[in-house]
Amino acid sequence: MTEPTQAAIVAEGLTKSFPNVCAVDHLSFNVRSGEIFGLVGPDGAGKTTTLRMLAGIMPPDEGTGSVAGFDVVHDPEGAKHHLSYMPQRFGLYEDLTVDENIRFYGDLFGVKKAEREERSTQLLQAAGMSEFRKRLAGKLSGGMKQKLGLVCALTHRPKVILLDEPTTGVDPVSRRDFWRILYELAAEGVAILTSTAYLDEAERCHRVALLHQGKLLFCDTPTNLKAKLGKGVLSVTSSDPRRSREQLEHAAGISSLVLTGDGLHVVVDDAARRIPEFEARLNSAHVPFDAIQQVTPTIEDLFVDAVSGGAPSHA
Amino acid sequence: MSFTRFLAVARKEVVQILRDSRSLIIVLIMPVVLVLLFGYGVNLDLKGLPVYVYDRDGSQQSQDLLKRFQASAYFDVVRVVNDYPALTRSLDDGHAKMGIVIPWDFSERVRNGLPTQVQALVDGSDDNTANVAIGYAQAVVQGYSSDIQLDWLRNRGQVAQPASVSVETRTWYNEDLESSAFIVPGVLALVMSVIGAFLTSLTIAREWERGTMEHLISTPVTPLEIMLGKLAPYFVIGMFDVIVCALIAIYWFQVPFRGSFITLLVSSAMFMVVVLSLGFFISVIGGSQLAASQIALLITFLPAFLLSGFLYSIEQMPVVLQWITRILPARYYVSVLKKIFLKGSPTALLYADLVPLAVFTLVLAMLATHSFHKRLA
Amino acid sequence: MPEDNNSVVIEDLVKRFGDFVAVDRINLDIRKGEVFGFLGPNGAGKSTTIRMLCGLLRPTSGRARVAGYDVGREPESVRQNIGYMSQKFSLYNDLKVIENIRLFAGLYSVPADKLSERIEWALEMANLKGQENLITGTLPGGWKQRLALGCAVLHKPPVIFLDEPTSGVDPISRRQFWDLIHQMAEEGVTVFVTTHYMEEAEYCNQLALIFRGKIVALGTPSELKQKSMKGELLLVECEPLGSAVEVLQSAPDVIDAAVFGNALHLVVRDAAAAIPQVQKYLSDHSIKVGHIEKIRPSLEDVFVSLTTAHDSEKERTA
Repeated sequence: MTEPTQAAIVAEGLTKSFPNVCAVDHLSFNVRSGEIFGLVGPDGAGKTTTLRMLAGIMPPDEGTGSVAGFDVVHDPEGAKHHLSYMPQRFGLYEDLTVDENIRFYGDLFGVKKAEREERSTQLLQAAGMSEFRKRLAGKLSGGMKQKLGLVCALTHRPKVILLDEPTTGVDPVSRRDFWRILYELAAEGVAILTSTAYLDEAERCHRVALLHQGKLLFCDTPTNLKAKLGKGVLSVTSSDPRRSREQLEHAAGISSLVLTGDGLHVVVDDAARRIPEFEARLNSAHVPFDAIQQVTPTIEDLFVDAVSGGAPSHA
Repeated sequence: MSFTRFLAVARKEVVQILRDSRSLIIVLIMPVVLVLLFGYGVNLDLKGLPVYVYDRDGSQQSQDLLKRFQASAYFDVVRVVNDYPALTRSLDDGHAKMGIVIPWDFSERVRNGLPTQVQALVDGSDDNTANVAIGYAQAVVQGYSSDIQLDWLRNRGQVAQPASVSVETRTWYNEDLESSAFIVPGVLALVMSVIGAFLTSLTIAREWERGTMEHLISTPVTPLEIMLGKLAPYFVIGMFDVIVCALIAIYWFQVPFRGSFITLLVSSAMFMVVVLSLGFFISVIGGSQLAASQIALLITFLPAFLLSGFLYSIEQMPVVLQWITRILPARYYVSVLKKIFLKGSPTALLYADLVPLAVFTLVLAMLATHSFHKRLA
Repeated sequence: MPEDNNSVVIEDLVKRFGDFVAVDRINLDIRKGEVFGFLGPNGAGKSTTIRMLCGLLRPTSGRARVAGYDVGREPESVRQNIGYMSQKFSLYNDLKVIENIRLFAGLYSVPADKLSERIEWALEMANLKGQENLITGTLPGGWKQRLALGCAVLHKPPVIFLDEPTSGVDPISRRQFWDLIHQMAEEGVTVFVTTHYMEEAEYCNQLALIFRGKIVALGTPSELKQKSMKGELLLVECEPLGSAVEVLQSAPDVIDAAVFGNALHLVVRDAAAAIPQVQKYLSDHSIKVGHIEKIRPSLEDVFVSLTTAHDSEKERTA
């Protein structure tokens, strides 16, 4: 059995500019079959533009891209038979029912009626939407609309799915349901490229590319990225976070310090060394605190560290 | 091209039209309303103009003259008043369109062969009507005057009547000069402009505005399939409406139909393609639904109304405008319609109109097909 | 009105729409200068509660006092004493920065003698001095949100409502924004935040989780993570993941199992006891186990755990 030589999605030097702004700046990455790959970054980072280029609906200024083996720059129409794209705005017809929407997209992809019936019944059941088949899409809740979008995207069994911020504004429970469906798809070998502005959602992806102002900051599994941070992250729990901050902000070894609702979140060079130092400081100033613990870094920590340079202060 | 995909797009458009009450009203009710409106509401004819009379003489002669006015189909002597202010008041408040004053010495002067004048006061606020009314009134008085002169000559023994030249008018094609027959065929062009251009101008723009277009262009559907799928339902509806309006014209308004039904269908189909292509093109370039619909109305409905010859005759327009009408597809279609309904012209004579119409059809269809691209930026 | 130490007091607040009870007897005491977070899925009653607190919707029964005024009887006074900011919708994108500020100053009836002082203050706070004439729509996200905040507090209200204020904004700008908020809180302003964004929730002093119109959890972020979770959380690295999930769903003592990235998250009753049990269970099913450890639940885990627990309880008692 031969391994596929080419990844399901390949982006090489993709670049796109608009007046006054370079939205995507020489972006390169690839996504394998069965992988959930996250494009992560705040608004304006270039996520939507990248997805649109790979979906073949926006030509890049420079660079190449391929999806399911098809060159999206020179043969976008060929690629479209094998991919599904879910744009950020709900892309379905609000004045058509759930069934009518599924039928419409099924027909566009040439899915035969019997196959479409079987597949859609199965998908709707998995999404918990079987009783809503005759409802107008516009009358569904936000979470259900997203799920319907996914059902329509999957009827023709694409090899690649491109999702633009599919869980924005969706509550955590529906978000969890949505991710469960994505994991099942990945297990079936579908390549999934999804974007999110929720940095904590990046943890759910198999691999992650952090984008900032059109450029790639880094690209790896969340675990590896955190290991590469090479720094420790501490959580200080205190009933007086403000005074705690006052005491610690000028201490040695700190790369960043954030005030949270019930304490501090501190990135330091060496956790083992600094914990006792900080405890001592707080105690001598009589600042009440419950604990200083080392915690796993968050994707946000990685992001801030990368963007702000991240050099720690020295004693 | 995939028939399945084309059908999917067409089916979706039909469902959306049926579920949108505004579109439904436009496609089903508006055509009928327009035909009835123009058939009844616009009356360029002058019949039974209300006339008030101030007869200061009250003699046999003045009565004779007034009887002639009454006998004319164009006038309707409504009332006799007894003073001048009452007459002017009737014109002011619109009860009379014309007032006639017969002088107190009318019969005496007529009997004595003296030149006599009758005063006619006309409401000139609608100068079209006023001019025609004056013309008719002069004709009535002229007729009376000639008869008086002939009688006078007869009474003096000169029996021989000099030859006189008169104009015998026969109006062809629209014997009764019924303006509804003149106007109603052209209403078909208006109806098609609204359905063909106005409604379709919304179709592409709406999908961009709602966000569904971004999704659509990421699927394998081709621009041609999108275009044909979206326009096919409107074509069918448009042709249906043409037939309905034609039937109302013929059986309700009694507009004569002397030409070939096939020619009507073919030319209507051509014009339909013209307006559909225009509507589609406008929808692609218009940007927003609001902008697209306004452009559509400006470019199709308004010219069809004012410059196509539907209501206002092209020959009466300033030369510059006449030249402009040559680039309006509606002009040719309206001309064909009138010829089919009223003249029954054989098809060979219609080529002068059908050929330009066909050219427009081809050019605009190609323009529309090439205007849409599955790209963002 | 007398100054309370509690700036927002909610007592048995109820809102019904016909038969549907959107808000079902909510009770809360929020102190002055507190940053309070309101979390909940869509349709849980969050927006309805906020609207009542802003004086935009009349409660069916119960009472709420905001900034000393009763929301049912004195909604106008309430509205004059609160600020409202929604990052995505507050500003007019085609106006200049200074024009937006003036507009809101007018809408909030900032007195004429204080006008220029407040405008200066807003610009200063939003770090937009010198940028007054930029068109708002062209500003980067972080700047827009500071501007929106500035516009919301021109009249120096004692209570402000923030609706998902930093969603989509880059983390650095977000931290700066929250620094601003904390400063204001220090000066005595009460901040009421609603969000789906768990990272935002961490900035709050106190959190209330609302579900189906009721408050199902209340406490600091740490308290919620420690005490409100029904069980403890394990991270399991193993292969193959797919079959592992199925197998573990039916394992004894495993409350919930789900894929998370390249590993599994398990909810168990007692982590210490569960680790060896899970290890054995997986090996019995020929699944290679890499690594198992107890991890701290995130707020999202707490959220999901509480809402699903609430749901299953409802089903049992129904």
